[in-house]
Amino acid sequence: MSLKKHILDLRKRREKVQLGGGEKAIEKQMAMGKMTARSRILALLDNESFTEFDLFVEHEARDFGMDKKQLHGDGVIIGTGNIYGAPVCVFAQDFTVAGGSLGLMHARKITKIMDHALKMRVPLIGINDSGGARIQEGVNSLAGYGEIFYRNTIASGVIPQISVILGPCAGGAVYSPALTDFVFVVDKISKMFITGPGVIKTVLGEEISMEELGGAKVHSEITGNAHFFANSEVECFEQIKKLITFIPWNNTQKAKVFPPREPKFKGKIEDIIPSDPKQPYDVRDVIKAIVDDSDFFEIMELFAPNIVIGFGRMNGQTIGFVANQPLVLAGVLDCDSSDKAARFIRYCDAFNIPIITLEDMPGYLPGVDQEHAGVIRHGAKMLYAYSEATVPKITVILRKAYGGGYIAMNSRHLGADFMFAWPTAEIAVMGPEGAANIIFKKEIEEAEDSNKMRQLKVKEYIERFANPYVAAAKGYVDSVIEPEETREMLLHAIEVSTNKEDHRPHKKHGIPPF
Amino acid sequence: MEDKKQDLVDFVVDTRKYKTLLTTKCANRKPYKIPNPNEIISHIPGTVIELKKKEGAKVKEGEVILIHEAMKMLNKVLMPFDGKIKKIYVEAGQKIPKGHLMVEVE
Repeated sequence: MSLKKHILDLRKRREKVQLGGGEKAIEKQMAMGKMTARSRILALLDNESFTEFDLFVEHEARDFGMDKKQLHGDGVIIGTGNIYGAPVCVFAQDFTVAGGSLGLMHARKITKIMDHALKMRVPLIGINDSGGARIQEGVNSLAGYGEIFYRNTIASGVIPQISVILGPCAGGAVYSPALTDFVFVVDKISKMFITGPGVIKTVLGEEISMEELGGAKVHSEITGNAHFFANSEVECFEQIKKLITFIPWNNTQKAKVFPPREPKFKGKIEDIIPSDPKQPYDVRDVIKAIVDDSDFFEIMELFAPNIVIGFGRMNGQTIGFVANQPLVLAGVLDCDSSDKAARFIRYCDAFNIPIITLEDMPGYLPGVDQEHAGVIRHGAKMLYAYSEATVPKITVILRKAYGGGYIAMNSRHLGADFMFAWPTAEIAVMGPEGAANIIFKKEIEEAEDSNKMRQLKVKEYIERFANPYVAAAKGYVDSVIEPEETREMLLHAIEVSTNKEDHRPHKKHGIPPF
Repeated sequence: MEDKKQDLVDFVVDTRKYKTLLTTKCANRKPYKIPNPNEIISHIPGTVIELKKKEGAKVKEGEVILIHEAMKMLNKVLMPFDGKIKKIYVEAGQKIPKGHLMVEVE
């Protein structure tokens, strides 16, 4: 053969394998409203940046007639590429090839690109669309999953790991996404569960649809397994690209710095907040009033919305925001919100992202269900995550900071570097009504008009203690600031913290209350 | 969330009432029920395989009332104290969810 012939032969081979499961299977995939694995990778990555590995890999299964079957690429596409110029490693399971089922070589391809991502210290993005283990390959499939989980764990906190669920992801397969940092789902396309509707029907006789059991909405709103919800695959890829701009390539670097921009918000911050501490407002409006370009990228918007987490930029630098949301459940801390915030705080700490905490919360949510669900253990995660974090930690107390919640929301006592409070802040051991009822119990009971006496005592307590000055007098709050000064103060705090060093005693690892 | 302003409800934390929205999860939470020691409840979903006792039978503490198959195991459901079977709510072969009232004893 002449050289030309060799090249033509390569092209022919490529063309054939790149079709995956063939035209019919591709048609079926499109009919389900899904893109193919290859088109997904191309849509996600910068133009012409995708470099494929292992295109010609073949499976080695011999049992159950598998020796007669050819599975192109063994049902998964792997490679490297760029997103806005940042290098990433990707894999995408190809549902058109044997339902994207995971066999030995399929798993080897995935672990190969994971090892590569870890060695090169670049983010890993995994697109999941698979029917699960390839039953014909038996225990080799289980081995494959285990080796993926192991690598997810070892790479955790070293490189960013992103999972995208664009089809079924069932049984053991769900644990790889669960071990990664961010999980993206798309309405009506993503389906995640340990045991599917079929098994549930056999065991329980209960009928439930895939969508109700483990659809995108369920995981975004109820279980908290997913971090980003999109209505289409294209929207999902836009979210992933945006996320990549906010995070560093690995844990030894900082996120890319963008040109600083003033917030678009032009009103007065103090007008956002009602002066009555019992009235709600949307804390995201406050965040938008202080971040560059008023661009706030919220994470887990639908799960535990009583706490808000996400990224924004200050002076071009990525900042992680944690903020109580008085608009939902009065902004209380509970099992879910503690869990959500604690994981985010640990993410920011692992990847050198400073944390700004905006506090306005009445305490932990009371109730038998909360106590029995382990609010002690879950709430402790917040204390652990904030105390453990060594990135710059800045807190602004907007209004209420009562009781255990005051301590948990990055107080001075857990190592906050800067503690600011607005003049509207109320830092106290509990709400004025509750406190007055206990402290002045005798006076209230013995008074002729106990109601009137109670009101009087509550008023007295509010005047004396429901303010930031008691805490400021002890140095627990560094500075009481006007709301309009907030951005300026935060920019200053971040600048001063640029070279922050804070070392912890050497240990193998801590034992957080998981 | 702007359009939800009309859904604001009173929400009590520490004797103070706040105006706020509820999450679906919070709105759907079930009130706590004190467990009744006379009710034998399933602790895991599964299938009732065999009933060992009849209604009205006198049963000693620790005797097997029924066999409940769950997760490929045959679980013995035992009498919690000396007493009588008051009413049986399940039959052999019946699939039951978690938290299902199986037998009432006294």
